[in-house]
Amino acid sequence: MTTFDSVSPEEMVVAPPVADVDSQFYWDGLRARRLLVQRCAECERHRFPPMPACPSCAAPGGEAVELEPRGTIYSWIVVHQAFAPAFRGEVPYVIAVVELAEGCRLLTRLEHQEPIEAGQTVVGHYHDHGSWTELRFGVEA
Amino acid sequence: MTPRAAQAAIAGVGYTPFTRRSGRSVLDQALEACRNAVADAGIETAQVDGIASFMLMHDSVPAVAVATGLALPGLRYGLDVQLGGQAPCYLVGEAATAINAGHADHVLVFRALNGRSGPRVGTMPFAGAGGQYRYPIGYDAYLMYVAMWARRFLLETAQGEADLAAVASTQRHWAAQNERALKRDPLSVAEHLAAPFVVEPFRADDCTVEVDGACAVLVTSLERARDLRHPPAVVAASAYRAGPRPGLDIGDHLLWSDYTRNYTSLLRDELFHRAELGPSDVQLAEIYDCFTSTVLMGLEGLGLCERGTAGAFVRAGSTSPAGSLPVNTHGGLLAEGYLHGMNTVTEAVLQVQGRGGTRQVANHDVCVATSGALMDGSALVLTTDR
Repeated sequence: MTTFDSVSPEEMVVAPPVADVDSQFYWDGLRARRLLVQRCAECERHRFPPMPACPSCAAPGGEAVELEPRGTIYSWIVVHQAFAPAFRGEVPYVIAVVELAEGCRLLTRLEHQEPIEAGQTVVGHYHDHGSWTELRFGVEA
Repeated sequence: MTPRAAQAAIAGVGYTPFTRRSGRSVLDQALEACRNAVADAGIETAQVDGIASFMLMHDSVPAVAVATGLALPGLRYGLDVQLGGQAPCYLVGEAATAINAGHADHVLVFRALNGRSGPRVGTMPFAGAGGQYRYPIGYDAYLMYVAMWARRFLLETAQGEADLAAVASTQRHWAAQNERALKRDPLSVAEHLAAPFVVEPFRADDCTVEVDGACAVLVTSLERARDLRHPPAVVAASAYRAGPRPGLDIGDHLLWSDYTRNYTSLLRDELFHRAELGPSDVQLAEIYDCFTSTVLMGLEGLGLCERGTAGAFVRAGSTSPAGSLPVNTHGGLLAEGYLHGMNTVTEAVLQVQGRGGTRQVANHDVCVATSGALMDGSALVLTTDR
C-alpha cells in the first residue's frame, strides 16, 4: 500500500514490469528496440496485451510479429497528482491509449505537448530504464 | 400475462457509521452492519441461512467469518466473490435466485472495509496479467482508468467538464439531506471547475470519497417479506454483463473497443425485459458513481437519456431533488462515501420502501440501481409491492 504519510527509499524507485511466460517476448522485444505483438494465425488480428489465445476468435497461440511503433491517439489523461511516490517528480505526465494502424491498442506514456488531440499521429521511441525498456510515444517531429 | 415466478425482496438494510478511520476491524464492522440489517428486517439472527459478499485483494472478510461472528447455526448459501464495484447488484440478484430456487430463505449481502485507513482500492495494485503494462509507467490508480474512458466519452458525445461538474454539484444537494454523507457542503459548478485537476479530466470532486465502514441488505422471499416490519423492496430484475474482451484483470481495459459505452448499455434490454418494464417507467435511479462520468454514461447506457444528452439533463436539474428523475439520492459514492456501491443499493431500498426521510422522493415505485463503472457490472430493478 502506498500512502503519502510514509515513503520508503524503495518506493521512490519505479518497480520494473513483472514479465510472465506469456509476455516475456514483448519485453525482450522492447529491450532489442523492436515492438512485437501477437498475431492470430486463424483470424490474423493483432492483439495486445500478450495472452495465450486470441480474444477475438479463441484460437490458441499466436505468432509474435514486429510492428512499426506508429499510431493515433484514442484517448489520454494528464496526471497532475501522482499516486505512487516514484512518479511525484514526473507530474504533470500524460498517459495515452494509442491505436496502431494494425488495429491493436497500446498503453503508453506520451511526451507532454500541447495541444493533445484524439486522432493525432504519434510515434514511439525506446526509453531505457535500468533493467527494462519502455516504448514511449510522442508527436512526430 | 403469465403469473410471475417466485420473487424475492429486500426486507431490511443495515449500516455502520462511515468514518475516515474506524479504529475497528473489518469483521467488527461487517457484523454490526449485518446485525442492523437483520434487526431492521425484523427477523431473528438465527434465521439467516445465507451470506454473500465481495472483496478486492483480501480487503474484507469471508462469509464464514460473518456466519461465525453472528453465531449462526449454519449456512445453506455462502458466496465470496473477487470483485469490486461490479458486485452489489449482482450479489443481490444471486441471493434472489438462490431464494427463489429454495436454496436459502434469508440471505445477507454485505460490503465491509477499512477503505480509507486500510488498503485503498483506488491505488492498490491489482493481481493479474495486465498490471505489468500499467504500473511501471505510472498508470496506477483506478481513477486513471475511468478518466481515460471519460475523456473519450466526453469527446465523442460532445459533452464536457461542466457536465461532470453538474453531477457533483447536484449530488451535493442530495447529500445535504443525508447525515451519513461525508461531503455535505454545497458545491457550485463554478467552484467545482475552479479546483485543480487531479487526473485530467477529473478534479477532486469528480471522485468518490474513501471511507471505512460497512453496509448490508437482508434478502428474502417476497412472500416472507410481506409479513416483516417494512414494505418489501421487490427484486423485479437483476442482470450482470461483461462485453467482449473485458480484459485480463479489473484494470485492463485495452481490449475494450468503445470507451464511450460501458456495461450498462449491454445489460439494459435484458434487465428491463426481465422486469417487464422499460426505461420510461423508471422513477428514480441510483447509479454507481465512483467518478462523475459514470453517472452520465449510466444514464445514457440505461436508456434514461438519449446518447449525448445526460449532461444537459443533469444541468437542467432533472436529477436533483426537484427534478423529474432523482438520481443518487444519498449524494452518491461521490458524497456519501465509497462503500463500493453497496450503499447505492441500500439507498435504493430505503427509497423504494419510502424510508428516505427528508430526502424521500415522491414517486418511488420503480427504481433502477447499478454496480460498476467500465467493462462489466450489474444492475437491479427494485419496485414497490405492486
